[in-house]
Amino acid sequence: MSDTFQLDGATVPFELGQTVIQAALAAGSYIPHLCYHPEFKPHGSCKLCTVKVNGRTVASCTMPAEAGLQVESDIEELNALRRTLVQMLFAEGNHFCPSCEKSGNCVLQALGYDLEVHTAGFRHLYPDRPVDASHPDILLDFNRCILCELCVRASSEMDGKNVFALSGRGITKHLIVNAESGKLVDTDIALTDKAMQVCPVGVILKKRVGFSQPIGERRYDKSPISAQALQDAPRNPETGGSCDACESVP
Amino acid sequence: MIPPAKPKLRIATTSLAGCFGCHMSFLDIDERLFPLLDLVEFDRSPLTDIKHCGPCDIGLIEGGVCNAENVHVLREFRKNCKTLIAIGACAINGGLPAQRNHLDLGSCLTEVYLTEPGLAHGHIPNDPELPLPLDKVHPLHEVVKIDYFIPGCPPSGDAIWKFLTDLIAGKTPELGHGLIKYD
Repeated sequence: MSDTFQLDGATVPFELGQTVIQAALAAGSYIPHLCYHPEFKPHGSCKLCTVKVNGRTVASCTMPAEAGLQVESDIEELNALRRTLVQMLFAEGNHFCPSCEKSGNCVLQALGYDLEVHTAGFRHLYPDRPVDASHPDILLDFNRCILCELCVRASSEMDGKNVFALSGRGITKHLIVNAESGKLVDTDIALTDKAMQVCPVGVILKKRVGFSQPIGERRYDKSPISAQALQDAPRNPETGGSCDACESVP
Repeated sequence: MIPPAKPKLRIATTSLAGCFGCHMSFLDIDERLFPLLDLVEFDRSPLTDIKHCGPCDIGLIEGGVCNAENVHVLREFRKNCKTLIAIGACAINGGLPAQRNHLDLGSCLTEVYLTEPGLAHGHIPNDPELPLPLDKVHPLHEVVKIDYFIPGCPPSGDAIWKFLTDLIAGKTPELGHGLIKYD
């Protein structure tokens, strides 16, 4: 017999140990999220999944589910804040979708579509972030990095390699590669690594497959991310579930 | 008695640092141009070749701001248009021209006109009639207030049609899945 909490007026059952977002997604209720991934420990950094629990804002990916919680998520106050977060991410990096081979499969872009973000609004930073094309099979385009640490988590937790890390603080924070040269070619990354699959944006790219899947026929061209995220959610906390987003990476 | 005809909305359009792709996409509304022309008339636009913008209801601007003339035209539009709409990636985030923003303008011009093979004895254009390039390319909203944005490179004819018809009908324009695109 599982306990329940209330999400936007609906009753959501949960198992002990589940977070609010895990229980919500498993029950078929979508909460927008970006750095949360069903296969990894929550990171709680992007704040897209922020909900109001008993009137206080918390990240639903780190908040343990408890019986009787009153959770609000799909309300204009929170969606407006989510929209602003997406806008700030677009203004902070160089997100030039027309030239990006991840376009249509990009989680940041799909969240922008779903939240009806028509403009980044803020003053664009246009940072100077040279690409790392040193590896024969993999391109790193740092211009699009949103610092979600999914590649960092995948490389350390699943691949056991620690290829990636974040360095610096605040506005100088950036993704680095764990090699003396700082170049990807000098790491032991492999195309089969989980770290190759998890990038939600267009930073870690397999070379020579960029447009094998035509623009317009891609994952988020077909249906909005709010519909697809539910398919990625683990249905059973025991088995962990799967992630179509990772598996659809060419 | 025949009721007086509803006055038509006046629309002005222009392309700043753009490729006219958004204007081409606007023409992709095809035969819907006829019902549109029952509701609107065009002021300054590449379609009319009117050179300066008079008082208008709606201004549609494609392209970002890359030179001094772009700033003047944009300000003329803001002064004359009740509602100003940025259309396409370049107007909204600088787009392709803004890919030079992390480079030094002087070295860009030097490479294109002086050191690149095939342009021996060239010189950096300096005719006084040419507008001076800005140090950086800017999205429109960094120069004047913009009321609405239609993203896309270019936005589809269907997206432009949906947005304009919503606006003309007095509704808050919404694009929704399939019409909102950044690429």
